[in-house]
Amino acid sequence: MRDNTERLRPPRFVWVPFELGRPFGAPDEPEFQTRVLRDVLALFEHDGPSPVLEDFPDDAPGGEMDMTGWTCPIALPSAAETEIPELLRVVLVEIDGLAPWHQAAIENRGRTSTGVLGIPIEETASFLFEVLESVPMSPKQGIPVGEAFRQSCEELKTFYLEAATAKPGTASSRDLAGWFWGGTAAGRLLLALHPAALVSADEGIKRVAETQLVPRLQKYRLG
Amino acid sequence: MVRLSDIDPGSAKHLLDKECRPFETAPWVTGPPVAERRVAIVTSAGLHRRDDRNFSLRDLSYRIIPGDIDTSDLVMTQSSVNYDRTGFQQDVNVVFPIDRLRELRDAGEVGEIADYHYAINGAGWLPHEIEATAREMAGLLKEDRVNAVLLVPV
Repeated sequence: MRDNTERLRPPRFVWVPFELGRPFGAPDEPEFQTRVLRDVLALFEHDGPSPVLEDFPDDAPGGEMDMTGWTCPIALPSAAETEIPELLRVVLVEIDGLAPWHQAAIENRGRTSTGVLGIPIEETASFLFEVLESVPMSPKQGIPVGEAFRQSCEELKTFYLEAATAKPGTASSRDLAGWFWGGTAAGRLLLALHPAALVSADEGIKRVAETQLVPRLQKYRLG
Repeated sequence: MVRLSDIDPGSAKHLLDKECRPFETAPWVTGPPVAERRVAIVTSAGLHRRDDRNFSLRDLSYRIIPGDIDTSDLVMTQSSVNYDRTGFQQDVNVVFPIDRLRELRDAGEVGEIADYHYAINGAGWLPHEIEATAREMAGLLKEDRVNAVLLVPV
């Protein structure tokens, strides 16, 4: 945020016009990332005086990307299948369909950001489904149920999005978010959790629902 | 980072409303050329090693990331839901440019890479709330003989 930085006046700063979450521009673009890094490092040899606020001149590669060439990795559920009684079953079907792509993501990248709670993704989905009706036991010993709830929501999204980005073709982060929140049963589950979690008997679950469950950009889907 | 015009009005207002009191002083510390500097990264992306503690919702602690980290060991448990994570999921370097830094070191453009880098959960903290954590990390960076720190917000 250039405006905030202008107010703070740190000694050295490079402002970049990239989306939140991508301070070095774009994934798998090493040359572009190096350009950004060189610009930042150059500030250490600047003559001053403080503050030195510079603008990186170019947008990130792929900024105009759309979903051309990217196909949805699973059959999306019908409206009837995303009614709450059906949600867990349909999410588990989706997980099963995405599993080969998630495995491909791990093999291609040599890593995954899933598994932070150390429980299988199917159990994560089941735990989230239980939150619709009650305050379940935390699925992870030593982690409060509210914190487990927050991390389970992230875990489910991460599994889906890692699988989706392993598919051939490219899609922008905005399109991927639209796919998850607007098309999948998992997205529907998280949206259904919002009103339920807001009145949860557990303060931790309630706090997560207030700000850490549905992104601002997706809140219009809550109706 | 990010143009205000590229984000939704709610997020723009949220960011603009943050209290950003100007630093009271304007220090300007010079040093050797970058090719002779020892560089560390401090990221607010909530990164840590898989076996380390996950960040919690309101968490002022930091995690250490060894300079020789195998990036396949890094996970993200930052608490904000209002930024893209698919970039990180595909390539750690989009938030934590350790491979790029190693390449510049190998090419002689950067002197050394620090023994330890640091990560915090940057969501929602005002500068004064996280000052004690920042001072502690600064002390550790000094002990590591670091003389160039990249502060990478997410």
